[in-house]
Amino acid sequence: MLEPVRRFFRRHPRAARPLELAVLPFEAASKKLAFGCKMCGQCILHETGMTCPMGCPKSLRNGPCGGVRLDGHCEVVPEMPCVWVRAERRSRWLPWRGAILRIQPSLDWSQKGHSAWVNRLAGLPKGDRP
Amino acid sequence: MTSPRPALAGFEEVLRSGRPVVTCEIASGDSPDPSGLLKRAAAVRDHVDAVNVPDNTSGIAHLSGLAAAAILAQAGVEPILHVTCRDLNRIGLQSHLLGAAALGVRNILCLTGDHPIHGDQPDAKAVFDVDSLHLLRIGESLRKGRYLSGRAITPAADLFLGSTENPFAPPFDFRPLRLRKKVEAGARFVQTQIVFNVDRFRAFMAKVVDLGIHLETPILAGVAPLRSARAARYMRDRIAGMDVPEALVRRMEGVPAARAEEEGLRVGAEIIDEVRTIPGLAGLHLMPIHWEAAVAELCSRTGLRPARADHSPDLPPALTGTPRAAAEGGRRA
Repeated sequence: MLEPVRRFFRRHPRAARPLELAVLPFEAASKKLAFGCKMCGQCILHETGMTCPMGCPKSLRNGPCGGVRLDGHCEVVPEMPCVWVRAERRSRWLPWRGAILRIQPSLDWSQKGHSAWVNRLAGLPKGDRP
Repeated sequence: MTSPRPALAGFEEVLRSGRPVVTCEIASGDSPDPSGLLKRAAAVRDHVDAVNVPDNTSGIAHLSGLAAAAILAQAGVEPILHVTCRDLNRIGLQSHLLGAAALGVRNILCLTGDHPIHGDQPDAKAVFDVDSLHLLRIGESLRKGRYLSGRAITPAADLFLGSTENPFAPPFDFRPLRLRKKVEAGARFVQTQIVFNVDRFRAFMAKVVDLGIHLETPILAGVAPLRSARAARYMRDRIAGMDVPEALVRRMEGVPAARAEEEGLRVGAEIIDEVRTIPGLAGLHLMPIHWEAAVAELCSRTGLRPARADHSPDLPPALTGTPRAAAEGGRRA
């Protein structure tokens, strides 16, 4: 579905920049308010039960670490519920609940602060990451 | 340096034998003199198939796990090196794994790593560039002879990758699924967090067996002897993700301090006897936590023996046979 758009951005890579400038303030404000977005620039919110995994102090993208407290709170920030406990619970309500089982690639840290929406349209980040 | 040849059968080979496997963990130590490390290794080497060397546990600096594992490999002890994502980014991890392979350390346990906030230098920056699944995939890439960039490595790094799971931390239902993800990412063996809550572990293993994960990847259950009531309380209160049942803490508190070690060994042996009846396990992983002598004691009490081929095959298999039956004959000559 996104292929024609991606083709356009492949042909005109510099077109992404002005679009990002227009989109970024709105995207940052709305996602921050709704999901506590950390602007990693490669959003997987929809695959992690609409819970931003970047709130995890270890920035884990593939599930909870072994240090989750018995009350379901974070080992690093005891007053914060583990984002992955929350993600797993919320993902059960989604029609695409199996998405949380997908192996997520590692972060492309060079995209931090960029617009995940524009990146998605432009097919970024590129490359094979573990 | 010539490439060291472990005197013991390789860990992968031993796992393939299908016989119940025993591994244990020893500290790498705080001294540039390796004699302490070798002494700890000597205390356990006859009782286990491989020895784990941790990577700066709890975010406290120790002798490099890689150096310790290489020293063990040279001494003829099969090492399993822990590698965490806390201290190295993906560039460092690739070179670290390649270095391990060059030093004859091929068994790598891929972990996320404890956050430095629990260590003695909480002001340190935690790296966490990648997570443990990515680390497994990095290892897989090196095994296939490629850096992440695509650059070739010749010959490919001969690594045997493993991972962990903690059945005792929420979300409990998700833990077996996360383990499956790790197996998909490249884990060829699994060592679990310490089992104190056997019921919880049994429920976890039931789900693992349902998913068929145990058929793809050998799973070793972690067991640790408690040395004192204080140790039990410490693990319950201070180590996140550890589930020490109240009854166990009370039992340790109920004996005088002089008999605490004996009671701890008894508890450890009971847990081993219970755990070894749970279907789907390939062996046990002992974590004596600075009490290496407990490994020999636990093995002799429960008849646990390494699965290495030099054991007489007519002895009953340690995990499936009658527990304690082999206690007398179980000691290695």
